[in-house]
Amino acid sequence: MAEQLTNVDKAQALWQGKLSPKGPDGKPLTFQSPEAEQAYKDRIHRIKDAIEMKKLPDRVPVTVFPGMFPWLNAGMTMEEAMYDYNKCAEVFTNFVLEYKPDLHWGAYAPGSGKMYEILGYKLYSWPGHGIAPEHSYQANEGEYMLANEYDPLIQDPSGYFTHVYLPRVFGALGGFPMLPFLPGILEIYGLPLFFIPFGLPPVQATYQALFEAGAEALKWVTPIGGADGALATFGFPTVLGGFTKAPFDVIGDTLRGTKGIMLDMYRQPDKLLKAMEALVPLMIGMGIANARQTGNPVIFIPLHKGADGFISDAQFKKFYWPTLKEVMLGLIEEGIVPFPAAEGFWNTRLEVIQDIPKGKTLWMIDQSDMTTVKKTVGKNACLFGNVPSTMLNLATPQEVKVYVKKLIETVGKDGGLIIGNGAFFDQAKPENVGALVEAAKEYGTY
Amino acid sequence: MSKQLVEAIADMREEEALKLAREMVESGSDPLAILDSTREALNLVGKRFEEGTYFLPELMLAGEMMSQITEIIKPKLAELPQIKRHGKVLIGTVEGDIHDIGKNIVSFMLDVNGFEVRDLGVDVSPQKFVNAIQEYQPQIVALSGFLTLSFESMKNTVAAIKSTGLRDNVKIMIGGGQINEEVKVYAGADGYGRDAVAGISMAKKWAGV
Repeated sequence: MAEQLTNVDKAQALWQGKLSPKGPDGKPLTFQSPEAEQAYKDRIHRIKDAIEMKKLPDRVPVTVFPGMFPWLNAGMTMEEAMYDYNKCAEVFTNFVLEYKPDLHWGAYAPGSGKMYEILGYKLYSWPGHGIAPEHSYQANEGEYMLANEYDPLIQDPSGYFTHVYLPRVFGALGGFPMLPFLPGILEIYGLPLFFIPFGLPPVQATYQALFEAGAEALKWVTPIGGADGALATFGFPTVLGGFTKAPFDVIGDTLRGTKGIMLDMYRQPDKLLKAMEALVPLMIGMGIANARQTGNPVIFIPLHKGADGFISDAQFKKFYWPTLKEVMLGLIEEGIVPFPAAEGFWNTRLEVIQDIPKGKTLWMIDQSDMTTVKKTVGKNACLFGNVPSTMLNLATPQEVKVYVKKLIETVGKDGGLIIGNGAFFDQAKPENVGALVEAAKEYGTY
Repeated sequence: MSKQLVEAIADMREEEALKLAREMVESGSDPLAILDSTREALNLVGKRFEEGTYFLPELMLAGEMMSQITEIIKPKLAELPQIKRHGKVLIGTVEGDIHDIGKNIVSFMLDVNGFEVRDLGVDVSPQKFVNAIQEYQPQIVALSGFLTLSFESMKNTVAAIKSTGLRDNVKIMIGGGQINEEVKVYAGADGYGRDAVAGISMAKKWAGV
């Protein structure tokens, strides 16, 4: 019988995989030079040491986790970045080679405008489809799940998504509600009845759209994923395996919407709590699947409606944190590093969210008070971020350097810090982004 | 019963509040008195929000109760009474940005604090702000934005207001997730609020309340 692997073993296996990267042919990756190979490995060790908090890295790692800055700064419109995949990948590659951060996050953010067209995506507006060509896509807040639909979601989340939710957010998937009840396909008697829907034009049109979307996704991922491989040969790794979400945000962002979930907290709190519990294994599964598929150990968790000001501390403890914590622990159990992003202010939540195992997580901190963050969450977790987007936009490079230096001296002195931006940004002065990276290299040596 | 109604709304007991409102209408209570109780309750909710005991769920539920109760008494009212207001505020999310949660909260809080509010919605161009200022003649203009692109849009909006000679007629406040003092200076606004409460107290100060 195989020995039970601990989460430490699993984590080491993931990092080991990162240290011996493979090329597209499955053979060991060919680096541009021995120096590039050394730089790649040094960077992985630097990041791993910062996250694990067991020993000090050689210096404070630095990365930039931008929104659409790489493309806008290169003079592209977001519309071009979403439709010209090769150029999107090339511009991103040049961005990393120019700024030389210790790790990058891939060229995945713009996505494929053509694929969204094929699917008739309604949840977001994007350049040319409700948004000006030069701006980034934005979500259309709405009630995509109705107040009386908790029971079907709780009983069968996948069935609910297929039959109800997806047709609402993708115009081209209107055939899904006609699909048969698949767990009914059990015996020969009556079997043909189950397959009738697949012969109907709306269902066939839905599958046609899925095939086309799939083909487009492959067209997109070839250059976009290729950028990761190309950058690795130059010594620049990525560790991002994909993303998952806090169950409260799953429901509050794109199912019930902000207003919906907040009314439900009063009108049907038990159903809301049950639904979030039902989503926990799915959100863990999503993170695991993404990490395994990419071989990258870090899973991003953008946090939204748990920030200061949205809900009370009591509500945070009851509705937000328990299921988020379960998701994080489920990922840690598989050796994965959860990477939640606490955008905005989280000062009133720090005492609660510090309750996580040490050296297993990476927290992106935006504008919370860093001294308190270090004393709470920072005791157990590696911290990333905090350089304000206003500063990247409006300050001088010298001011950015002073800010980074202070972060290193105060928050970073015992390790557990990665220098970076606190929130996603599309606009910035390029010299300020450069100053952020340079300052970490200049002042960050341990 | 009006005291009970005020408490039910303010303490977030929705079913009880609606039941009371219906009973009061059926027993012939003055619909204006019911409306007054509802307003009184909303003021309490606003106060608790300012004190940090209530948050967005309570504001949203209070807003829902208000509109449901208004529906209940509407058939008994010839027209909704005019309430004396501190002043007029024009609000909107700036060009290029379609985020509206923060803006809606500020609108709601301005309303319960006695301001008349006109909400221009999201992705509002500088020209639209200018046109609305000319037509609506507010004392305060409130610009909202969540994305970093809003810094530029806010600056452009203030510039457009200035170039049409309207700058001295209005006080301009800005707000949103990434907004701070630096953006206020960059955009040329008169003030920024870190959250809705800060925005409301600024508006009150400007209106001399």
